[in-house]
Amino acid sequence: MSALLAADQLTMRFGGLTAVKEFSCAIESGELFGLIGPNGAGKTTVFNLLTGVYRPSSGTVTFAQSDITGQPPPSIAARGMSRTFQNIRLFDELSALENVMAGAHLRGNINLFDALLRTGRHAREEKRQRDWAYKLLAFMGLEERAGLAAKHLPYGDRRKLEIARALATEPKLICLDEPAAGMNPSEKQGLAQLIRRIRDQLHVTVLLIEHDMQLVMGLCERIVVLDHGETIACGKPRDIQSDARVIEAYLGVADG
Amino acid sequence: MARNLLVMLGLLAGCYGFNFVMAEFIEVVYVDYINLCGLAIILAVGLNVINGLAGQFSLGHAGFMSVGAFAGAYASIMLTYGVIESGPLSFVSMGSFLLCLALSGLSAAAVGALVGAPTLRLKGDYLAIATLGFAEITRIVLTAQDAIGGPTGLKRIPKMPLLPGSEKWDGGTSTFWIYAFVCLVILLSVNLQRSTFGRALICVRENELAAETMGVRASRMKIMAFVYGAFFAGIAGCLYAHYQHSVRPDDFTTVRSIEVVVMLVLGGLGSLTGAVVGAVIVTLLPQFLRPLEESLGLSGLSMVVYAALLLLMMLFRPQGIFGQRELSLKLLRRLVPGGGKESRP
Repeated sequence: MSALLAADQLTMRFGGLTAVKEFSCAIESGELFGLIGPNGAGKTTVFNLLTGVYRPSSGTVTFAQSDITGQPPPSIAARGMSRTFQNIRLFDELSALENVMAGAHLRGNINLFDALLRTGRHAREEKRQRDWAYKLLAFMGLEERAGLAAKHLPYGDRRKLEIARALATEPKLICLDEPAAGMNPSEKQGLAQLIRRIRDQLHVTVLLIEHDMQLVMGLCERIVVLDHGETIACGKPRDIQSDARVIEAYLGVADG
Repeated sequence: MARNLLVMLGLLAGCYGFNFVMAEFIEVVYVDYINLCGLAIILAVGLNVINGLAGQFSLGHAGFMSVGAFAGAYASIMLTYGVIESGPLSFVSMGSFLLCLALSGLSAAAVGALVGAPTLRLKGDYLAIATLGFAEITRIVLTAQDAIGGPTGLKRIPKMPLLPGSEKWDGGTSTFWIYAFVCLVILLSVNLQRSTFGRALICVRENELAAETMGVRASRMKIMAFVYGAFFAGIAGCLYAHYQHSVRPDDFTTVRSIEVVVMLVLGGLGSLTGAVVGAVIVTLLPQFLRPLEESLGLSGLSMVVYAALLLLMMLFRPQGIFGQRELSLKLLRRLVPGGGKESRP
């Protein structure tokens, strides 16, 4: 079986700086895949390359058997890849419910005239979006917050709301950029369970960037490690933990 | 949709009644104020979709208005007189008028798409400057066209068409036609704002990158907003030309574009109710300050008061009168003391 998402020799140069060098990986459908590395290793740049925010200097991205290299984000979202952001990017003035409904807009098939004239088709689409959004809010444990403006939500809920919004686009693969950042240990545990449920119950493949080693090692089935834009290791958590280059990247080398 | 049609028919009947009352009981000068308010509302509500919902700061609304005004007025003169000749001002026929309105709306919308497309990459101040430049270019190009009268513009634009039973109304039927479009633009904009498209527009305003990664095609949404706003600016231009019976390129200077933006900012950017209220205030304020100015013998007072009002507004309520809120039953209930909480179990 071929991979759901495959990156081949992805390279991203910003002027003289090579942020990501020849990044390759293949994620199977249904996997929990981790992407880790020290600060500035180029993890978020990889996400931006995969989701179309950046166009790679060289290399290709293949998603669900088609080449999506250099396609704009909306087309990639339409093909079934969704993401969250390291620095949360919610639609602050909209309510939590409306944020998730905005994610569901993608799968609607109504035109502007349906909207302007409030046709029956528009009413059905609104209902579909609303029901789906409520379902996802409940899934994320946010149903109580539906009516609150996104900007008024507490931090942890903002992170979860971003995930709910990404799920609303009905993705095959969801890319989570440091979802546990800034959470306390018990919140992190809850989040780990949630991520597992996203894969098991919603059947969405998960690609995860995370700094918290315990979380990543406990959750992910395979991990790729980046350092200074280069892939230094790839494999099962146990192998990664004992890999000499990974330890070196994180802890440094002893002198002498 | 059927309900919308019924609402619109009801509103048209209301407009007819409104025009009747205006013609029979109200002094001509006040009728003029009311008509000018109507035109301002159409402009402001249309611009609110561009500047308020989609968050694209456009300063070129007068440009769209002028395109509609000249397209509609020229077509109207051709359809009514065939060629331009002297004679008494006549009424344009109903069919021709609707055709002219459609033409003016569509030509302005086409220009809106043309302006929207290349300026999509610009944000904030840069977009404002580009749209301002577009409006000025439009004005200068129109001034150079001899076919539409050059700097003196078009004259003897026919009056708006008669309605059944309106033969004896001295002020004509302008109020009906203007307010029919006020109702139409408000009805459509309420629908748009509450629709999934309205939400997508707000997403583009709130966070363009996030909107794009959620599958919202930001550039398409922005063009849509420009086309929508420009369409109604064109309609307003056509109505304005028929209302004044003459139109010059200099009727559409930057000052007019800014005036519409001021209406929005005063009422609350992003609020449809705010746009309506802002349009009425900005239109009426100078009219009522002028008599005061004359009686006190202080010429220029109205400009001072106007500027001071805006300054105070920016200092104490920068989000505008309504902020982003809308006038709704819920808000009214909250304004009644204690009403909001008790109504809920």
